[in-house]
Amino acid sequence: MKTLNPRVSGTHGETIHAAFDLEKVRQEFPILDQTVNDKPLVYLDNAATTQKPRQVIQAITEFYETVNANIHRGVHLLSQRATDRYERSRVLVQKFLNARSSREIIFVGGTTAGINLVAESLRRHGISSGDEILISGMEHHSNIVPWQMVCEETGAKLRVIPLTPKGELDLDRLDNLLTTKTRILSIVHISNALGTVSPVKELVKAAHRKGALVFVDGAQSAGHLKVDVQDLGCDFFAFSGHKIYGPTGIGVLFGKEEVLRELPPYQGGGDMIESVSFEKTTYNVLPYRFEAGTPNICGVIALGEAIKFVEQIGREFIEAHEAMLLEYATAAIQDVPGIRIIGNASKKAGAVSFVFDEVHAHDVGTILDQEGIAVRTGHHCAQPVMDYFGVPATVRASFGLYNKVSEVDALISALHRVREVFGL
Amino acid sequence: MSLTSDLYQDIILDHNRRPRNFGELAEANRKAEGYNPLCGDKVTVFLKLEGDVIKDIRFKGAGCAISTASASIMTETLKGKTAREAEKLFERFRRLVTGSSSENDENEIELGSLAVFRGVRDYPVRVKCATLAWHTLKASLEGKDQQVTTE
Repeated sequence: MKTLNPRVSGTHGETIHAAFDLEKVRQEFPILDQTVNDKPLVYLDNAATTQKPRQVIQAITEFYETVNANIHRGVHLLSQRATDRYERSRVLVQKFLNARSSREIIFVGGTTAGINLVAESLRRHGISSGDEILISGMEHHSNIVPWQMVCEETGAKLRVIPLTPKGELDLDRLDNLLTTKTRILSIVHISNALGTVSPVKELVKAAHRKGALVFVDGAQSAGHLKVDVQDLGCDFFAFSGHKIYGPTGIGVLFGKEEVLRELPPYQGGGDMIESVSFEKTTYNVLPYRFEAGTPNICGVIALGEAIKFVEQIGREFIEAHEAMLLEYATAAIQDVPGIRIIGNASKKAGAVSFVFDEVHAHDVGTILDQEGIAVRTGHHCAQPVMDYFGVPATVRASFGLYNKVSEVDALISALHRVREVFGL
Repeated sequence: MSLTSDLYQDIILDHNRRPRNFGELAEANRKAEGYNPLCGDKVTVFLKLEGDVIKDIRFKGAGCAISTASASIMTETLKGKTAREAEKLFERFRRLVTGSSSENDENEIELGSLAVFRGVRDYPVRVKCATLAWHTLKASLEGKDQQVTTE
């Protein structure tokens, strides 16, 4: 590791792994072409949100300029056009996740909304004080709090798969934690704070053996790995559009049809009903039963466009490119004196978290910003992870398909600038 | 001078490395805790108040350089001051770091070494770091014992 010469390895890495034309791809993202504090913008905060390619931005403009109408209602042309495009996106998502049917694809506000939908719907379906809900020690707050709320209301018990010092799930503890009492295992696919990839397939098998459902929080995985929900075998999978180059405010909840059919609706309203009278309302079929009210129509259509964009490049190429960046960045960051990487799982993707022993993450973030580099600093909405590692906050660099090795180099020089400012 | 060195002045870095009046104060008769949920910074301010006068003041906690240095310099500045003077200084300090002090404001002269925090005004997200200890001080002067946050 110590002998690694960033520049040599950088050129090398870029030629070997960039299976797509990186510069051409970057040109599709208008926002990347700007300076921040007089330095070229280096955007390494992709785990928080990704930038949007031109075709997504154009789809939004085009929708409002030529298509806008409510869906599933009007007989007029615009409504028909909007409905067609909305439903076309659903099919795109279905194929993107390799779900069996588009009835299994529910549009929601984002991953958080998807988790809340399942948590609340499951609670209404019946969770009692003898039941348990299992999560892990590396969950984002959004996959902790909704389940805590269910537990508070029902008396069910929240249990947590602990971490190992490497930042992996301690699977030796699984046998004790995953029992016939477990109603659902809700697990993050890729940790936003550590970059750890969970062994989801293995966990699904173990959970199903005990009769538990499995929810996979795919906020950090959908844009980075090829996700096949049939192969994973999970009952639910959720992701956010804005983390896969689409707009904010739109996301997807996949649910197995046979499971969704058993669950009561989450919200009541228009579009989720078949017929309404004051005496009795009957609910619509899947997936509409879970889509009450006028949805984020434009968001759904733009998400479809983002998926097309990702598929045009190819997720296997994105995965390989980002894996190269992560490996390169990890080695280069480790070479900066005084830095410690938090989370050294054997399988990681997308992000690297680190701390300076003598400089607070917030100060690092401010100095990096002065160098034009955008990273996330803080607890990453994963305070239990910070507590486990005994740090108040970390600096996180997270990658997207448009990042370059030279941007990692810029990060490294900025980290040296931090050392300089703090006289280390 | 770059913006960065404008913010991270030597005095700030020095107080971050060797915070003054750091640790608990056994004779404290006032105490308050402050928390910045944005970054997780925590500070506890201990006061020994005699009548209206701050006889002694110490702090403990963990935070970024800006919040640590701010707490440290605050304790140095406030020893021997009255509660009223302390509150007035906080108001001036707040104006300084938010950039709302006027050109003619004689602020910086009276603020003494607190003036090194002038650079914070160019970093709006760091204002909370600079004021955390002060908010906490204010709570302790007011005798509030619940945790104050910067939110």
